[in-house]
Amino acid sequence: MSATTITTAPTTIDEPVRFYDLDEHAHPEGHSTMLGFWIYLMSDCLIFAILFACYAVLGGNYAAGPAPKDLFDLKLIALNTAMLLFSSITYGFAVLQMQQGRVKGTQLWLAITGLFGLGFLGIELYEFHHLIELGATPQRSAFLSAFFTLVGTHGLHVTFGIVWLVTLMVQLGKHGLVAANRRRVMCLSMFWHFLDVIWIGVFTIVYLMGVLR
Amino acid sequence: MTPHPAPEAGPFLGRLSLEALPLHEPILVATFAAVVIGGLAVLGLITKYRLWGWLWKEWFTTVDHKRIGIMYMILGLIMFLRGFADAVMMRLQQVWAFNGSEGYLNAHHYDQVFTAHGVIMIFFVAMPFITGLMNYIVPLQIGARDVSFPFLNNFSFWMTTAGAVLCMVSLFIGEFAQTGWLAYPPLSGIAYSPNVGVDYYIWSLQIAGVGTTLSGINLIVTILKLRAPGMGLMKMPVFTWTSLCANILIVASFPVLTAVLALLTLDRYVGTNFFTNDFGGSPMMYVNLIWIWGHPEVYILILPLFGVFSEVTSTFSGKKLFGYTSMVYATVVITILSYIVWLHHFFTMGSGASVNSFFGITTMVISIPTGAKLFNWLFTMYRGRIRFDLPMMWTVAFMLTFVVGGMTGVLLAVPPADFVLHNSLFLIAHFHNVIIGGVLFGLFAAINYWWPKAFGFKLDVFWGKISFWCWVVGFWLAFMPLYVLGLMGVTRRMRVFDDPSLQIWFAIAAFGALVIAAGIGAMLVQFGVSIRRRKELADDSGDPWGGRTLEWATSSPPPDYNFAFTPVIHDLDAWHDMKRRGHQRPVTGFRDIHMPGNTGAGIILAGFSLVMGFALVWHIWWLAALGFVATVGGAIVHTFNYKRDFHIPAATVVAVEDARTRQLAAGA
Amino acid sequence: MVVLDPAGDVARQQGDLIVISTVLMLLIIVPVMALTIFFAWRYRAANKQATYKPDWDHSTQLELVIWAAPLLIIICLGAVTWVATHLLDPYRPLARTAPGQAVAAEARPLDVQVVALDWKWLFIYPEQGVAAVNELVVPVDRPLRFRISSSSVMNSFYIPALAGQIYAMPGMETKLHGVFNETGSFTGFSANYSGAGFSNMRFAVKSMSQAGFEQWVAEAKRAPGGDLDRLAYLQLEKPSEKEPVRRFAAVEPQLFDAVVNMCVEPGKMCMHDMMSIDAAGGAGIAGIGNVRDLSYDKFAARGSTDIARWSMRYVAALCSSPIMSNDRPDATPVDLAPLTGAGLKRPAAPPPPAQTALNAPAAASRPLS
Repeated sequence: MSATTITTAPTTIDEPVRFYDLDEHAHPEGHSTMLGFWIYLMSDCLIFAILFACYAVLGGNYAAGPAPKDLFDLKLIALNTAMLLFSSITYGFAVLQMQQGRVKGTQLWLAITGLFGLGFLGIELYEFHHLIELGATPQRSAFLSAFFTLVGTHGLHVTFGIVWLVTLMVQLGKHGLVAANRRRVMCLSMFWHFLDVIWIGVFTIVYLMGVLR
Repeated sequence: MTPHPAPEAGPFLGRLSLEALPLHEPILVATFAAVVIGGLAVLGLITKYRLWGWLWKEWFTTVDHKRIGIMYMILGLIMFLRGFADAVMMRLQQVWAFNGSEGYLNAHHYDQVFTAHGVIMIFFVAMPFITGLMNYIVPLQIGARDVSFPFLNNFSFWMTTAGAVLCMVSLFIGEFAQTGWLAYPPLSGIAYSPNVGVDYYIWSLQIAGVGTTLSGINLIVTILKLRAPGMGLMKMPVFTWTSLCANILIVASFPVLTAVLALLTLDRYVGTNFFTNDFGGSPMMYVNLIWIWGHPEVYILILPLFGVFSEVTSTFSGKKLFGYTSMVYATVVITILSYIVWLHHFFTMGSGASVNSFFGITTMVISIPTGAKLFNWLFTMYRGRIRFDLPMMWTVAFMLTFVVGGMTGVLLAVPPADFVLHNSLFLIAHFHNVIIGGVLFGLFAAINYWWPKAFGFKLDVFWGKISFWCWVVGFWLAFMPLYVLGLMGVTRRMRVFDDPSLQIWFAIAAFGALVIAAGIGAMLVQFGVSIRRRKELADDSGDPWGGRTLEWATSSPPPDYNFAFTPVIHDLDAWHDMKRRGHQRPVTGFRDIHMPGNTGAGIILAGFSLVMGFALVWHIWWLAALGFVATVGGAIVHTFNYKRDFHIPAATVVAVEDARTRQLAAGA
Repeated sequence: MVVLDPAGDVARQQGDLIVISTVLMLLIIVPVMALTIFFAWRYRAANKQATYKPDWDHSTQLELVIWAAPLLIIICLGAVTWVATHLLDPYRPLARTAPGQAVAAEARPLDVQVVALDWKWLFIYPEQGVAAVNELVVPVDRPLRFRISSSSVMNSFYIPALAGQIYAMPGMETKLHGVFNETGSFTGFSANYSGAGFSNMRFAVKSMSQAGFEQWVAEAKRAPGGDLDRLAYLQLEKPSEKEPVRRFAAVEPQLFDAVVNMCVEPGKMCMHDMMSIDAAGGAGIAGIGNVRDLSYDKFAARGSTDIARWSMRYVAALCSSPIMSNDRPDATPVDLAPLTGAGLKRPAAPPPPAQTALNAPAAASRPLS
């Protein structure tokens, strides 16, 4: 910042003080997007916190109905978890490709990430379908309400993540790795990893601890 | 014996039918007629003077934080008139319904009125007012050209407006909630509120809540990232500090409201059991969760106004603010403490004595930083040269009023005292004492203080003083009787009374409400008169009060880009420092200025959300799905727009700044 | 003003607490208000005699004072709060009926079971075996012990002349202790909005001499209203407003516990059964189907469906255990002799062991004891 000084203090102070930045470089567009998005994720995290709190309080209220150990198939959930964790790794590869400036590679890894996400969603929907067919619906007990809402909200986030991912792939195809798209890839990356972190909580608290209970 | 059984749902219009129109309520029909006639007149005038294009281009689609700020204030003002009408109706009913009289409102109507009053005053009056204020002032105070996310700002505003519109629609189509402003289940559950009222409540708050949360994020990032060079955190003006804390509270509490309302929605729409009596649900969970949002919410409202009082006191005392550092720490401490006091709203729900005393004492502890703030203002006045312009008058009125509200608040934090005063009119008097005495008086101080900045002319003093005295006297008349009534054991939300000795107090309160009405009227006249006399009241200097912070460094109203050159900050009161050290305004060397471009996406997306909300209220599923797809699809389409900014050419900047130079020279 | 001048010892202590706290706070509020007015007047711009120090913005001593002064008041008030919150805990049995009048160790309080209905109050006297709607009659100077619940939504049970309020909530039980020191007629009401009929959810409270109370009981036993059995209760809980006073000559003994457990209807599973099944890990997949035995007010408000429908239900297949009362023994009253320091002996002779809190296990966890 090599600023020109045009103002001198006439009376009290000897050294010139500059009061305006005369040689200003505009803030690059979107320079605070990452911070903003991170704060948004924290607010989203609070929503999950409330859902976790509800699960913690209501999760034992089976209303003389089924408990986690009657319902959950840990093997399936382990597969599900693996899907999501792998999708985070593949997203990492997409970011690496982006940093090397390869549009096609980025798109490819994004597509693989999306497929993992779809696999995750498919298994989750299968699980829900299975439970509802058994009669273990969200209406059956407070435990099931809290379970379906917590896991379903996470699933909804993943769905939106996939919609965003597809949108982004189209935009990458249209405009390439321009600054705006790079920023978007990084934001979605934070979002995707955030969902992973939430899922680890879900997996531990809902499934593992549920079956142990 | 539910008075209004749930309507049958049709396939096309859901629960909506002609019966949803409250044609049997003469008050509503008359209101509706007045709104339609007034609305048509306004629309006609806009059409006649061909203002639609101007409104759309210059206002509805603007991303300029100043215009969005002004639109927020207008929204707040309109909704304030509605909320106040509700208040007058309640006062009238309560003074009327004695000696066997049922008053003029039946329970169905009255219960909606007090619910709507609370909801509107908090969500659609106080929140837009403070958001508008922060939107307008914060970027100017930190020497920024706009907020960090200008489009998001526009979108936030329209989401808030969409929520307000949905809430207003409930007046004429269907009904509003009859549950009290926090809609405690099981009463707000589907079994006890089978109609659309609670659904209107839920969806208007959810839609507005999106706007509030996003605007909170936006302002936090703006304050953290866009401060002018040299402005460290401890050189930020106090108003910016309190805004930062308020927005942190917004971001850290509104998601809780969103989540808890979503769970209530699931209970009502899907039949889950979060807050039901049945199947292991827990209504107390709702009460806890909603107050975890609700208590920080009151600090969201009051903190920015604490900032306003700091600015005003310091400016009109012609003095540096006393104890800036302790002021900042007090603000931060209040921010943190506001999260560990929520249980004081339901001491009477049967928590143990240890839990109650913990929350009681944490509540009292909040009064320590608040007290410190009050002393800081006091010692800012000490050895000052206090000019009693309108903003300072409001500030002194605040100091004298707020301490009483603070005192009764601490009193209510003593659990055994709360056992006899909980839900009583004493409580009502207390929170009106802090919300009117703190938030509203602060807003009036702010409006009188910053109006010249926003419009280039001062507000009329004569009508301002009339408004001031009506408000202050009216407030004491309207709410002191409620303290007395609370001590007489009168509870809130009562529609009829059987003890005739109470009536005189209600009469005084009703009279007070009329005096306040005169104050509101005088304020509207003040605005009108000032706009008409804007030439005489004009302020060319841009700094009519001898201001100390950066917003006074630019012209009034500020140019689109706020500052032609970003200011560099050396001291706390940056503008005062610049004036003291004889700075000179640069008059050459202007460059192109990079600015965000206008967009209609915000209002369109909010419109889709509004349609979706309305359809969800009435169970018009196809329309709800359509609204949802349109909202998401519209947002995606918007992301394909990569050209969202433009440059103000240097020639334009030169023209604007030269005009400013001539204006200053003429004024000098 | 009934809150500051009530007819019961508990409410009186609460009223006194309001006065004490207010005076404590006025110690700081009055000087602040006075200073505000004084400074505003003294340092007005027109007064050129007053000192003007535009750059004076800090004084460590002053800062210390302005943080310390509120802190000191809050420390006092916090101490008062801690003690008073524990002593006036509505769950705590009374140790005295009036200043200096200790409750004898063997004295038993009068039990009253309270149910908030839409929109009226039901009072059951388990000892006397009678019940009344919208009328509460109690003997003067005898400790009262209320067990409180609600049938549908949240209400708050409040008799300002007697004691502070406590919420009445469906499926839950709250407790309140109080005593009347004067005979007379008072009013009680719901202090938490509960729907359309809320405003008229008021009841008469009569504090009588012991003889008067016994006479009232005798009259109630001859009441023409009949018995309050489960069916009568289900009729009674239908929403209604401005219900006249009604008495029931006899009450089904476990009615209140059935109300708290949300199982007045025949065939409805009681909460305590459901909770013990849940504590044991639920009823498994097989339990999914027994929804009808669990439904309370999910699909419609209480009292809005035909009572005859209830007999059509399947009988609960899972449980036939008797209704379990939520009524736990209260903690022993605290000795109100002057509090001494930890480990110090009380000044007077040791009171009878049953009355000290120190050796009563239930009360030992109370921080004050």
